[in-house]
Amino acid sequence: MTAPTLGAALCRFVAVPSAAIAALVFAAMVAAALAAPWIAPQDPYDLRSVSILDNLLPPGEVAFDGTPYILGTDGQGRDMLSAMLYGLRISLLVGLASGVIALAVGTLVGLVAAFRGGWVDALLMRIVDLQLSLPTILVALILLVILGRGIENIIFALVVVQWAWFARTVRGVALVENARDYVDAARGLRLPPLRILFRHILPNCLPVLLVVATIQMAQAISLEATLSFLGLGLPPTRPSLGLLIANGFDYLQSGRWRISVLPGVVLLVLIVSVNVLGDRLRETLNPHLRG
Amino acid sequence: MDPVLDIRGLTVAFGRGATAVPALFGVDLTVQRGEIVALVGESGSGKSLTGFAVTGLLPSGAQVTGGAVRLSGTDLRGLSPAAMRQARGRRVAMVFQDPMMTLNPVLRVETQMGDALRAHQDISRRAARPRLVQALADVGIADPAARLRAWPHELSGGMRQRVAIATALLHGPDVVIADEPTTALDVTIQGQIIALAQGLCRDRGTALVWITHDLAVVAGIADRVAVMYAGRIVEDGPVDAVLDAPAHPYTRALIDSVPASHAKGTRLPTIPGRMPGLSDMPPGCPFAPRCAHAAPACTQAPPPVVQTADGRAVRCLTPLVPVAERGAA
Amino acid sequence: MVEFILRRVLQAILVLFVMTVLVFFGVHVIGNPIDLFVSSECTKACVDAIMANLGLDRPVWEQYLIFLGNLMAGDLGNSFTFGVPAMSLIWERFPATLELATAALVIALVLGLPLSIHAGLYPDSPVSRAIMALSMLGFSVPIFWIGIILILTFSVRLGWFPAIGRGETVDVLGVPVSFLTLDGLHHLALPAITLSLIMLSTVIRLTRAGLREVLTSDYIRFARANGVRETRVIGWHAMKNILIPIVTVLGMEFGSVIAFAVVTESIFSWPGVGKMLIDAISVLDRPLILAYLIFVVTMFVVLNLIVDILYSVLDPRVGRSAR
Repeated sequence: MTAPTLGAALCRFVAVPSAAIAALVFAAMVAAALAAPWIAPQDPYDLRSVSILDNLLPPGEVAFDGTPYILGTDGQGRDMLSAMLYGLRISLLVGLASGVIALAVGTLVGLVAAFRGGWVDALLMRIVDLQLSLPTILVALILLVILGRGIENIIFALVVVQWAWFARTVRGVALVENARDYVDAARGLRLPPLRILFRHILPNCLPVLLVVATIQMAQAISLEATLSFLGLGLPPTRPSLGLLIANGFDYLQSGRWRISVLPGVVLLVLIVSVNVLGDRLRETLNPHLRG
Repeated sequence: MDPVLDIRGLTVAFGRGATAVPALFGVDLTVQRGEIVALVGESGSGKSLTGFAVTGLLPSGAQVTGGAVRLSGTDLRGLSPAAMRQARGRRVAMVFQDPMMTLNPVLRVETQMGDALRAHQDISRRAARPRLVQALADVGIADPAARLRAWPHELSGGMRQRVAIATALLHGPDVVIADEPTTALDVTIQGQIIALAQGLCRDRGTALVWITHDLAVVAGIADRVAVMYAGRIVEDGPVDAVLDAPAHPYTRALIDSVPASHAKGTRLPTIPGRMPGLSDMPPGCPFAPRCAHAAPACTQAPPPVVQTADGRAVRCLTPLVPVAERGAA
Repeated sequence: MVEFILRRVLQAILVLFVMTVLVFFGVHVIGNPIDLFVSSECTKACVDAIMANLGLDRPVWEQYLIFLGNLMAGDLGNSFTFGVPAMSLIWERFPATLELATAALVIALVLGLPLSIHAGLYPDSPVSRAIMALSMLGFSVPIFWIGIILILTFSVRLGWFPAIGRGETVDVLGVPVSFLTLDGLHHLALPAITLSLIMLSTVIRLTRAGLREVLTSDYIRFARANGVRETRVIGWHAMKNILIPIVTVLGMEFGSVIAFAVVTESIFSWPGVGKMLIDAISVLDRPLILAYLIFVVTMFVVLNLIVDILYSVLDPRVGRSAR
């Protein structure tokens, strides 16, 4: 088997229409989230620009300063479109940040376990097993009850529930690679261990890690939304998509379903597109991945 | 009288349409009532595939693309799935290679045999019991009533193969196809199983197609032998004639490479090269590249079947025994 | 076998002990509950009296030892808000959660098994592809969102099902249950369907993959070669092989379902332990939070233990040999 070039891999990746669409949608959402401060009609965190008197307005109404509420306003008079853009920003930030930190921690633990072996490996893998055997929502719930709301706290909780997947994956790949002839040869040449690690082991872990990271990111975004919906995640002042949905939930029975459903649709599209990407990545990069 | 099994020009391919890869290239095989035929060949020659095609249990992706398979006169290719199921077990049954895998690990012997019996007979589980005990006793299992209640993992390999044979014979099928049923067993057990299968089939007039790669087994069990190579039957004739004076160079090479047939102290001859894969089948005789007797014409087109003087069929342009006069065949 | 069980039990106890330490010290870091109970006019003496009454004046480690001792006796302290033993509140609410989770399990199996058997038998059919795509959705979409859509569609718009509460209950052996009354079933439908979705995708994935694997096995081929009917071959010979891993995984996942019931119960105001937890968190009812966490973790560990032991009993091959 030869390693495909990046371009060829990319071509193969988007050869499936669903993957191409998912990639486009995801890129558009990331762009919208990044550009939120500039493209959003209103800064929903700036209380001066939000008027409680404008609450629950239907789409098309106009604010006191003349800006139109394209998607209407929520229960606190925030412009829905702006709130959703900022909410998307936070959801993505939490998903990405927790994913990257969990990836780093997990990779480190996995490598230490694979290279030290013996009781270090046994102990670390026991912890990984224990971590993976507990339901993610329960662990995150406990942590947030203890730590309280806050963006750092939820990122920490998400890292705790995610790192073990990365650790287990990296350890598995590292053990396999470590036993390969070329690594033996490199060792025979007395190359420094770090060089072996970065030149030989890590590049081989990368494809699998990418797949795990994508799937975990979708899980993290979903879990964050759930926790925020329960009122345990982000503070009400900086609402993520989950919290926006929760806010709108109170108006569901009164027929103003838009307040809950609009951010819900954004969340749904985000999670599904990330998942489709992850599935396609798995197909192109590594057909043998478990789970 | 009709032969119990009559395979004519059977072709099987993997995949469909333009990408289909043929695996059987027109197999002809006739089995008479009560006859024991050995189907011999290396792994990959298509002998197991032939067996599966007869029972309509080809692996997924493979399908019959041509020819006919007649069981006591009825063409199986025309049967509906329901009618095919009716035929399985009652007219044709199968015994598999690895007794460790043949029995369902989570069902008791009684459940599995009972289901096979009740597949074609309206009989309660309770009433089936004595029948099953008797069937186990017939294949030489001691304390059959207790064995019937056993889980498969509690039985030895030889015992499991006996259970499989007893199950296959429950409805007295016309023909049993045994797909290398002794290769996974100890040598001492092999002999017992061969003798058992042979004895039971002779007693009941059941025809037996014994698929094997082991020529030593062939001499002990079969009336007739058919040698397969790369998806074709290359030689077909009475077992003594074929083993004493093989007509096809491949059969010759196969016999010569059996250690037991070989003089002490000299080097064991082997067949050079390997059998062509399904995707790189040569245009001519598939054995030509390895054949010591190959003529230039051998690589041009697949050789036709010719009759030898003693009535054997052989697919070779340069057979090792005299061929029949033209017109006599 | 005995050694295997003994080892697993010891492991479970160790995990439980570690969890009590983590949970207890964790919960004690959150805000001071005194603030909630003491009015601003209350003097220092009055505050101290309340603290002493609640046992909050002692060092944390001493509180833990007392807590551990009480835990052994099944006493997790009195709820700050209700003033009754926290454990009794949990036992009072738990049947509702258990009923919801069990209903979800039943729905997941009743829906999931036929769908996944179809997907396993005809992997390339359009229906199978749709089933697998839906199972991916169920796996990744947060269930609170599905719950909201169900409420919106079937409760607000169509008015077919109620969105709140448990409905009429009848007592069975002193425990109130909903599923025996029409009104109760009516109330149970939406929350149970919502909660079932987490297990549904697991059932579909596992069964389909297992079926695909088992169908190529020699013993299935042997059963077919003997003319055994397809319904029997698939429904019993193949399924019995697949069911063991499914039961194992579902047993393990049942703990997750109880945990996820927190979400479903808050959406549908189902009066179970999950909703109680969210209410307790909002008023910092420490003993109640602690009792819930200990209760759920214990249940989870015990569930895992039971599944492990059952597995070694169920599968005749594992039998007496420890895994």
